[in-house]
Amino acid sequence: MFGAGGGTNSYGEVEKTDVILLWGSNARETHPIFFHHVLKGVHNGARLFAIDPRRTSSARWADSWLGLDVGTDIVVSNAVAREIIASDLHNKEFINHATIGFEEFARSVESFTLEYAERESGVPAAAIRDMAHAYAKADRAIICWTLGITEHHNAVDNVTSLINLALLTGHVGKYGSGLNPLRGQNNVQGGGDMGALPDRLPGFQHVEVDAFREKFNRKWNATVPPKRGWNLTGMFHAMETGELKSVYVIGENPLQSEADRTRTEGLLKSLEFLVVQDIYLTPTGEMADVVLPAGAGWCESEGTVTNSERRVQRVRKAKEPPLGARDDVDILFELAKRLGHDWGAPNSKDIWDELRSLSPVHAGISYDRLDTGHGLQWPCWDESHPGEMFLHSRLWEKPLNGPPVSFTPVAHDPPVEPLTPEYPLRLTTGRRLDDYNTGVQTSGFSSPLRRGETLDLSPEDAETLGIKDGEIVRVVSRRGAIEAPVRTTQSLRPGLAFMTFHFQDKVNTNILTIDETDPKAGTAEFKACAIRVERLGN
Amino acid sequence: MSESTYWFQPPPRPSKIPLPPEEPKIPPVEISIDGSKVVVPAGATILDACKKVGLDTPTICYHDTLTPVNVCRVCVVELDGSRTLVPSCSRKAETGMVIKTDSERVRHSRKMVLEFLQSSVDLSTAPQIVKQAERYGANSARYGESATPAAANERDHRHAGHHEFPPGNRAQTVAQPPKIDNDLYVRDYAKCLLCYKCVEACGTDAQNTFAIAVAGRGFDGRISTEFNNPLPDSACVYCGNCIGVCPTGALSFKSEFDMRKEGTWDESKQTKTDTICSFCGVGCTLSLHVQDNRIVKVMSPGEQEITRGNLCIKGRFGYSHVQNEPDKDARTR
Amino acid sequence: MDIKVTGPEPTELERKVVDGVLGSAESAWAGGKRDLEREGRISLLGGNRARSKRDQLLPAFHAVQERFGWIPPGAFNYICKRLTVPPAEAYGVATFFHMFSMEHRPSTEVHVCEDIACRIKGSEALCENLEKAHNGSNLVGIRKSPCLGLCEWAPAALILRSGESYEGGAIGKATPEKVQASLDSGKLPDRPKFPDRPKFPDRHWDWLTHSVPQMGESQLRLLSRIGSVDPASVEDYHIQGGFEGLAKAVAMGPLATIAEVTASGLMGRGGAAFPTGKKWEAVAQAQGSTKYVVCNADESEPGTFKDRVIMEGDPLAVIEGILIAAFATGAQKGFIYIRGEYPLAINRIQNAIDAVRTAGLLGENIQGTGHSFDIEIRKGAGAYICGEETALVNSIEGKRGEPRNKPPFPVHVGLFGKPTLINNVETLANIPWILRMGGAAYAGIGTGNSKGQKLFCVSGHVKKPGVYETPFGITLRQLITLAGGTSGSAPIKAVLLGGAAGAFVGPENLDVPLTFEGTRAIGATLGSGVVMVFDQTTDLGEILVRIAAFFRDESCGQCVPCRVGAIRQEELVARLRRGKPNGSAADEVVLLGEIAQVMRDASICGLGHTASGAIQSALKIFGNDVLGESRS
Repeated sequence: MFGAGGGTNSYGEVEKTDVILLWGSNARETHPIFFHHVLKGVHNGARLFAIDPRRTSSARWADSWLGLDVGTDIVVSNAVAREIIASDLHNKEFINHATIGFEEFARSVESFTLEYAERESGVPAAAIRDMAHAYAKADRAIICWTLGITEHHNAVDNVTSLINLALLTGHVGKYGSGLNPLRGQNNVQGGGDMGALPDRLPGFQHVEVDAFREKFNRKWNATVPPKRGWNLTGMFHAMETGELKSVYVIGENPLQSEADRTRTEGLLKSLEFLVVQDIYLTPTGEMADVVLPAGAGWCESEGTVTNSERRVQRVRKAKEPPLGARDDVDILFELAKRLGHDWGAPNSKDIWDELRSLSPVHAGISYDRLDTGHGLQWPCWDESHPGEMFLHSRLWEKPLNGPPVSFTPVAHDPPVEPLTPEYPLRLTTGRRLDDYNTGVQTSGFSSPLRRGETLDLSPEDAETLGIKDGEIVRVVSRRGAIEAPVRTTQSLRPGLAFMTFHFQDKVNTNILTIDETDPKAGTAEFKACAIRVERLGN
Repeated sequence: MSESTYWFQPPPRPSKIPLPPEEPKIPPVEISIDGSKVVVPAGATILDACKKVGLDTPTICYHDTLTPVNVCRVCVVELDGSRTLVPSCSRKAETGMVIKTDSERVRHSRKMVLEFLQSSVDLSTAPQIVKQAERYGANSARYGESATPAAANERDHRHAGHHEFPPGNRAQTVAQPPKIDNDLYVRDYAKCLLCYKCVEACGTDAQNTFAIAVAGRGFDGRISTEFNNPLPDSACVYCGNCIGVCPTGALSFKSEFDMRKEGTWDESKQTKTDTICSFCGVGCTLSLHVQDNRIVKVMSPGEQEITRGNLCIKGRFGYSHVQNEPDKDARTR
Repeated sequence: MDIKVTGPEPTELERKVVDGVLGSAESAWAGGKRDLEREGRISLLGGNRARSKRDQLLPAFHAVQERFGWIPPGAFNYICKRLTVPPAEAYGVATFFHMFSMEHRPSTEVHVCEDIACRIKGSEALCENLEKAHNGSNLVGIRKSPCLGLCEWAPAALILRSGESYEGGAIGKATPEKVQASLDSGKLPDRPKFPDRPKFPDRHWDWLTHSVPQMGESQLRLLSRIGSVDPASVEDYHIQGGFEGLAKAVAMGPLATIAEVTASGLMGRGGAAFPTGKKWEAVAQAQGSTKYVVCNADESEPGTFKDRVIMEGDPLAVIEGILIAAFATGAQKGFIYIRGEYPLAINRIQNAIDAVRTAGLLGENIQGTGHSFDIEIRKGAGAYICGEETALVNSIEGKRGEPRNKPPFPVHVGLFGKPTLINNVETLANIPWILRMGGAAYAGIGTGNSKGQKLFCVSGHVKKPGVYETPFGITLRQLITLAGGTSGSAPIKAVLLGGAAGAFVGPENLDVPLTFEGTRAIGATLGSGVVMVFDQTTDLGEILVRIAAFFRDESCGQCVPCRVGAIRQEELVARLRRGKPNGSAADEVVLLGEIAQVMRDASICGLGHTASGAIQSALKIFGNDVLGESRS
């Protein structure tokens, strides 16, 4: 929508803003240090709204918590938009100046009345109204989100609906106002920035634009295919159709991290050739034809990563990898050599300098500058540029600098898997403070907080089902069943269950989850599947 | 979303560098320190001014990223017109102030504060404080031998108010056995000089977990969880941010504590490398302390605006997967 | 925010007691019952609102302590949840105060004063006797207490009984028999049942006649109504000239009121002697619409009991002073912070507030003026330091009673971060008089910079100890004469002026005028008006031992000079007292002086600044042997 994917603000701005919407994010546990900045903001007087089905430890800090039904985010966001427009609180000056498509957008949200939203999302109308008014009236307001927005079959629509809110109120392109996705790993942002997207070359340059491709062709003395590739979902689909026969996996554990494990396993098995490059022999690695042991990118190699505020930061080698393991870049260089291309000795600075020469937004970020400070934010156009603290300030320039931004109407599309008498509980997944993703990297230290995997239930549901705290139950979805102990928690309401996917060797949550993905982004609907809970021995 | 031409083009460069709104300009402040004029920005402290003229002012409870609590009083200076000495770390410079940093009174107070600490707290892992004590000529022997250390948890049950009158011939201290109640931290309160930094780091200045606070009163004051509960029963989330700010080693990582105990901790053999944590997309700088190709301590630089020296449990302790321990499960390297 | 409690849930009774102070719980997240209809989808009590209840911490602890005699963990956990206060912080607050116990205690506790005035009247023996009698009892506990503010009754004891109706009663001229009789009868001497309105004159009248030997004399102003006015009757107070000052203030407006106070030359009577008018002006002019008036009634300076006597005898005068102050400074809310050891004063003040509210002088839109104002009592819980104004403010906020660094001063950043006027009880009791007389006329009384009349707390070896009121200018000798002279035949050896935080003067200085400047000229201080007389039979070393112990017990522990200084001073005093110096005694005295200097120079607050003053003054006057003089 804006032409570049990245958090529009810097963390520091969260401390100086007036309203913070934390949407589908338990940042207190998943992004603890970002949440420090949120808390500074809260202590400075910002109003914090948490939009989350669970009353998480983040939501407990909020002035207002909106406990919506899983997958009704667009209902709430569109209702917020409608309420803002109906109350004449939208920023007409900004809309006229910098956007297009407002009329159509306004029509598209017309049916999202507060009453409808309350019925559909479960959130009382007054709470939605309060948030709409607070957001619209604030001098500065920031929306942050995490996987609660993106791990849905309609992830892009969810994000778009939040962008619409920012456009409606002019809460973007200004200090202390903006839109900020919080990234899950140290280089999710950087990976995309570097072109690890099916349709992009480094620096968000689209692969289907001739001029961009030609620039790269010249530099690389090779021809970049003029066609976008597959995203992860697309790849699995291509395995299914037989179009994809060989896969080279670097630093991923799809067997455990993808939804619907049974299907994933079948597809990986059907491959003709699987290469896995990882710091561990992961379960995916165990299936591979060739395993390339790698060093840990964050402490056993040199390079950069880019964080959620678009800051390019240096990672450095602090220790030697174990015997036989090699730096990822080393491996790639070696592979190139064996394939007949001698790229010389790998050197992270040279690689970075090449990137800088090709990606204008990274042009000013030199290793020297990275090494003397704590990173630089892109866009950083030249070596005298400080890096942009917040994006899209051009939208406030008069006359408007560049094209206007378009509102994009989005419709509500409930979770793919409805609740039925047979599968009456909504299972949503997430993370806990002391563990990380599939647990490969965090299971090694003895966390006093760790309780192992549990099926979290509301006390009411546990009581109805006759289940005691700690009792091991069978959790069944349309795709499979697992066993896990129950933990009751006030943060859940009846009908809602929660699990993580940190302990897959013991409790494989992704046997339950649904492999329904967003056609636009390829993200899976980890946040919503339907389950039932059975007592063992019944 | 329509794939307009625009979506294929990166956004245009703004014509101005985006910056925060300008703060109202307040004129700088001029003060005199030891006879020389110093100009500092409004809002600067006397300590800032002292730093500006290159004075080595001892501080203990002061920390760049924390609200000054000015409790240790080792940074006091003499301010003309003030009946008492003032803490330079928190006192804002005001135009016209005349400051003496090396007067007899200042030297005396600094010496006594350091002497008091030396006589009551184990400073064996606080070499920088010991150095200042030497600089000011502190002599804690004047208070006699140290009294018998308290038994485990005894100090934690002391009640405010009436005390039995002491014999006086031996100096009472905070000595007591270390508290080891989990695999990540050790709290060795015999080394605690009550600088309040850990409480601040656990509180609103950073972590906002409030697992620890100062309990008790007077010389029996101590850092405590509620009811002196073991950490695993407290609100502690093991971010280690308290350890990050502890000036005496009272709080330490179990890894360091164990190595010191077995005599293998050797800072001369350690390297410190800054890198970025991999556990989420926030981008926290980790300072990895590595000895013999093993990570032995993880800190974060206070001047990094993202962390301000703080980390979470994953960043602080999640490194074990690269330690190459022998005898772990098959997945270990 | 995340409140994690470990341990027991509250019992029904504990819940009821806490709810009695805090009302019923608003939210399941604050200890209430889970009601999904109401908060299954939203937060009823979230964010800053949930976190803004901390100032109820002390009231809640008091309620539990008064009901159970200690703070059981279930009740403690429930309070933390109710108020969204992290348990570690709440624990830090509870353990700061000596009246709160986190461990089970007997329901009846006898607090025996171990401080100076009582000590010279045999309190140690009293305590020993009682301890022996109740050794191992789980019904009655004996506790040594710092000054109970009952010095005219020395030796004194205070019985506090927890239970369904909390009671507290003081015993003057206590003997083991008197204490035992009271315990046996089950009736406490004062029995101020909260908040029963006592009949007047009740039997406390006798109590007051002893405390105010000048009762009924015509030259009295601050003490003029004591003994003749019903402390809970607005009518009675009005008939005896009450509210005349308030009426005048309202008629002349805030600015003119402040001008009168400034013109009066009134200096704060709490000990620091800061010009009152200046403070008022600063608060009135401070930015912001929310302002507070706080009456400092945490009278804890050993030897001081005047504020108690005013609150017991003429509480409406204090209320009137607060009303005028609030009117002049534009404050919306007032607090009276009374030490928890003053059950009768608390009772009297509460009754007076209720009476004034009934009379329509407190509440919303008072008498149609558009001005809203109300007063709340906050009880201290046993911490001398809370008499320091910023420690007091922290204590009201539900924090540990640790002093704040100044600047900023409370007049700019005070209670809840707002401009706050903090005045002592006696200071506020002067205000109605100033308005009635006019500032200029008031300034005509007294000498030099010491204007008006002053209350002196005379105790020790005098015939008629009590609170005396005289115009500034009276000499020490005259005051002692007024108090009937020395109680025995022995001549005066020393007088302690200003309490434990003050200084000794020797017999050569008996003609010092008891004014701010007069005392300063001889290196002493008027402080809070303590005049404690010791005759030649007194073992001053014993007094110094107690003063050293007092500061060691009462230092809040925040800053190093005071926390460690107080204990090192005590150890040194102990060594010298026992005649066992480390090395030469002369070196030890030098070291004592060095400790004194760092405490005076580098401590955060007045406690540390003054903690060595009395000891140093004694060494100076009586020589280095003063400590060991009874050495045997």
